[in-house]
Amino acid sequence: MSETLFPQSSTLGQPVPRYEGRAKVTGEARYASDVRLARTAHAYLHMSAIARGTIEAFDLAAARAVPGVIDILTHETIGDQIRQTPAIYQGGYISDSRRPLGSAEIANWGQPIAVVVAETFEAAREAAHRIDVTYKLHPSLAAGMNSPSATTQTLEPMTIGVGDFDAAYAAAPVKVEAHYSTPAQHQNPMEQFATQCVWESDRLTVHEPSQYVNNVKFGLAEQLGIGAERIRVISTYVGGAFGAKGFLTQRTALVAIAARRIGRPVKLVATREQGFTVSGYRAETRHHVQLGADSEGRLSALRHEGWELTSRGDAVAMGAVSMTARLYACPNISARVNTVATDRSTPGFMRAPGEMPYAFALETALDELAHTLDMDPIELRRVNDTRTEPVGGLPYTSRSLMRCFDEAAAAFDWKRRTSQPGSMRDGDWLVGWGCATAFYPTYAGNSAARVRLSANGRVHVSSAGHELGQGMYTMMAQVAAEELGVPVERVTVSLGDTDLPPAIVAGGSSSTASVAPAIMAACDAIRRRLGVDGASPAEIMPAMEASGIGVIEEFAETRPHGVPPDSMKGLYRGKTFPVGGVHLPDRVQFALGAQFVEVRIHALTHEIRVPRAVGAFAAGRIINPRTVHGQFVGGMIWGISSALHEHTEIDDRNASYINANLADYLLPVNADIIDVKAIMVPEEDRLVNRAGVKGVGEIGVVGVAAAISNAVFHATGRRLRDLPIRLEHVM
Amino acid sequence: MRDILAAEPDSSVAFLAGGTTVLDLMKLEVIRPERVIDLNALRGEYGHIRWDGVSLRLGAFARMAEVAAHPDVLAHYPVIAQSLSLAASAQLRNMASLGGNVLQRTRCAYFRDTSWSACNKRVPGSGCAALEGANRSHAVLGTSDHCIATYPGDFAQALLALDASVNVAGPRGSRRLPFASLHRRPGTIPHLETNLLSGEIITEFVVPSGAWTRRSLYLKIRDRQSYEFAVASAAVAVDLDGDVVRNARIALGGVATVPWRALEAEAALRGRPLTAEVARTAARAAFADATPQSHNAFKVELGQSTLVRALLQAASMEFQP
Ligand SMILES: Cc1cc2nc3c(=O)[nH]c(=O)nc-3n(C[C@H](O)[C@H](O)[C@H](O)COP(=O)(O)OP(=O)(O)OC[C@H]3O[C@@H](n4cnc5c(N)ncnc54)[C@H](O)[C@@H]3O)c2cc1C
Ligand code: SF4
Repeated sequence: MSETLFPQSSTLGQPVPRYEGRAKVTGEARYASDVRLARTAHAYLHMSAIARGTIEAFDLAAARAVPGVIDILTHETIGDQIRQTPAIYQGGYISDSRRPLGSAEIANWGQPIAVVVAETFEAAREAAHRIDVTYKLHPSLAAGMNSPSATTQTLEPMTIGVGDFDAAYAAAPVKVEAHYSTPAQHQNPMEQFATQCVWESDRLTVHEPSQYVNNVKFGLAEQLGIGAERIRVISTYVGGAFGAKGFLTQRTALVAIAARRIGRPVKLVATREQGFTVSGYRAETRHHVQLGADSEGRLSALRHEGWELTSRGDAVAMGAVSMTARLYACPNISARVNTVATDRSTPGFMRAPGEMPYAFALETALDELAHTLDMDPIELRRVNDTRTEPVGGLPYTSRSLMRCFDEAAAAFDWKRRTSQPGSMRDGDWLVGWGCATAFYPTYAGNSAARVRLSANGRVHVSSAGHELGQGMYTMMAQVAAEELGVPVERVTVSLGDTDLPPAIVAGGSSSTASVAPAIMAACDAIRRRLGVDGASPAEIMPAMEASGIGVIEEFAETRPHGVPPDSMKGLYRGKTFPVGGVHLPDRVQFALGAQFVEVRIHALTHEIRVPRAVGAFAAGRIINPRTVHGQFVGGMIWGISSALHEHTEIDDRNASYINANLADYLLPVNADIIDVKAIMVPEEDRLVNRAGVKGVGEIGVVGVAAAISNAVFHATGRRLRDLPIRLEHVM
Repeated sequence: MRDILAAEPDSSVAFLAGGTTVLDLMKLEVIRPERVIDLNALRGEYGHIRWDGVSLRLGAFARMAEVAAHPDVLAHYPVIAQSLSLAASAQLRNMASLGGNVLQRTRCAYFRDTSWSACNKRVPGSGCAALEGANRSHAVLGTSDHCIATYPGDFAQALLALDASVNVAGPRGSRRLPFASLHRRPGTIPHLETNLLSGEIITEFVVPSGAWTRRSLYLKIRDRQSYEFAVASAAVAVDLDGDVVRNARIALGGVATVPWRALEAEAALRGRPLTAEVARTAARAAFADATPQSHNAFKVELGQSTLVRALLQAASMEFQP
């Protein structure tokens, strides 16, 4: 290799077109529910309609009478065919700890309580609608965080204390204190929650969109009490996931049991509304932030306390104070996270799960501080920039935050901003400019890959990673092509199948950081087989030819920095999770960025528009600027959506979601998204991992909501601390 | 036509035009017709768009998209073209008919979700879940203790403001009624939404022209820029003598239980110069009787500012002489 670790290359760093693009646009790509299996029966879920209680009786007569109905599963009919297993948060596999159809207990609205299996989807649906349930209602905490008797629990391991916050805050000449909140939001991936199960003698194949096929395989084995070697999970294409397809949900075991009972393949496609409770979601959060600073803006005291809604059954929290406490230099810090347990389905991961809401709180508070100090918000970040995080004093592996601010500010033309709120009015439109920091921890985990090189120059690379639309196929092909010195068109890729070498969950923006090194290691092994260890890519094919070997196939597994050695067996049991970020003993790893937005608010009718957004991100090495551009811009658009549009509305009477469909759950449409620009700030980080990549999947979302609320303040002089921001809030 | 009208009319029959409301509500099981009668055979006869210099005749089966893009409509009735092109999505506008459009049903979540037992509109006498529920999108004008659901459409406001009439045909013959008397306020029987008699179908809308039709527009305020129902909207048509209002026609959407004619506001404008001040006075008059609910009080002010903006915008419209 030449002197620089990441030399210019013909493949890596190039905007290689999407590997599976053609298959997707031609409809050739088979998503889980597209797979055709002979004699498939169709399943349809029936969901609970109350927040909490018990099922006193089912009347299934009308449902059974629907022509074509084959079977109806309820807690009464399936007995204990599905075992109680620990949830992912308890060291298990499944997204929540409730046993599917485990009892007559109802813990939330939208809980699957019956499954109808029929010859057609239509018959299953009709029958499911004819199921009559008698409930016994129990007192419930349907008002969510507002329920007076909901129990709040502080998660002690997440508590952070540095220096003496109280004294420093009391002494600070400049202070800001405020409360913030974010609403429930749902990922709504375009592809719905589908599952197909087929048994061939005692072997089960599951077709399901997943961010972690091995989690589904091993979790299902545990639930069904069968050997994991009898289960194969296939997820060739995933039509968006965003955290919602991260871990096993209750539906999969139900479909597997149904297929076994009737001895036929069974297919379930949950409806859009059912999808709101089939998997986890971003739950409501609240925040209390206090900042103390000197007159130059240097932080002397920072406090961030978060409250997150969870279910009574599972204390799930994203708890990103571990990050907001480590972003800026500050000698006195206090941070805590609490859960508030209510009668709702268990929350889960949604793109930038903790980072989005916690950044909203902190980055809005910083803007309030900048305003109080009459200081440019970029300069406030600059005086608090740091090379070491303030909690443990650990170094950042690399940190290009101010470079991101400077590049984004230049592209945005920030220097034209006049700081006085309301001062940039343009005719009938109030104009505001705002900015905020984006951050996302850099994670990676154990992964394995197999690479096969043929004498004709063809390469096949395989690893049970996941294509969620983010560009995994393309990335894998690029890395193998680069390492072996073949054109990327000569590489074929397999992923999303438990029969392949196992890889990490496609979560925490860690796929490339985890799988690329495994592919590189397998290519190293090919070099060694050819006796050209350390050779440049250009020397490999000649060596292959000279060797006379027809095919070389090598397997490698890699364990990133900071991952304990004994964790490798977890890779082979569906238990590999992202490690890194703020959880390393010797350093912290972050991708960082700067978000800038312009908002326009009509002076009379108050519609809020975002004509312009610029984000600059430093995320290590960019393997494919085309797919990464999609990630950044898509993330930023979602950020706009998270601030102005998305809000799962909840009726306090039964904790039901009243806008659980894509007509009423607002997302931006094309007309709302006008000019969104993502800048990739060059950054070389030789420490994070061998590939030098930091995650790009989630950071684009982070900080946008704060930038928007800051811009709304700049436009109107009104500080809005609760999302989403709607026109009635700026009246 | 005769066959369709001969069908024994009763509540178990649903007429189908573009189907974008009917199929939606059938899938939700909000309506469960035993028979669906496809009216599209009438499209040949009643799919027309005809402007004769005096009035505009629109067949009930003309598609929203066709009418929105029609040169005569664009030239002579901007408010009609805009009310249609700002509605729904391109796909829906390509399917949906004018007759179906004016008869679309409310978007009230409790009406559309049958797991809520209390909805007087869906199940007469069952109560109203929205009164104590999420009612940000509900109406502030024309409500009753029995129903506060918003009339969601856009086009109807244009027809109402322009004093259109509706031709209907039914088992007992044809008749014409003013568009203003097509919809009924909820009162104590919110499930009865129109004054159409059983089995009657809409065949045509007739829109007269006047000095005000060219100076007309539809302003729609919503939570996103496109593909979304109005939070508040205003159809306005103004005839000016210099600055002074000779005649103004106003209908409001997004804020009322039915397409809402703001006669008080029209009266407040007549004979006055169309200034911001006068527009505000007129808007206040339009909302004098508003009844806000727990989550939608903002609509009283927003509805007024929407009307003010629409009027000022209309006043500033310029024409080739
Ligand atoms: C996601 C979504 C967004 C939308 N957004 C908007 C919006 O922003 N603005 C807006 O105005 N609309 C909006 N709509 C509503 C849409 O415009 C209506 O559904 C459509 O106009 C109805 O026309 P149709 O021909 O499809 O009616 P159908 O669904 O066929 O019929 C609607 C009703 O009218 C009856 N009917 C139809 N034709 C006749 C006739 N000639 N005589 C008597 N009865 C008849 C039917 O029996 C039925 O009750 C939206 C709809 C959807 C699904
Ligand atoms: S507002 Fe009307 S439509 Fe909505 S629940 Fe009440 S009665 Fe039903």
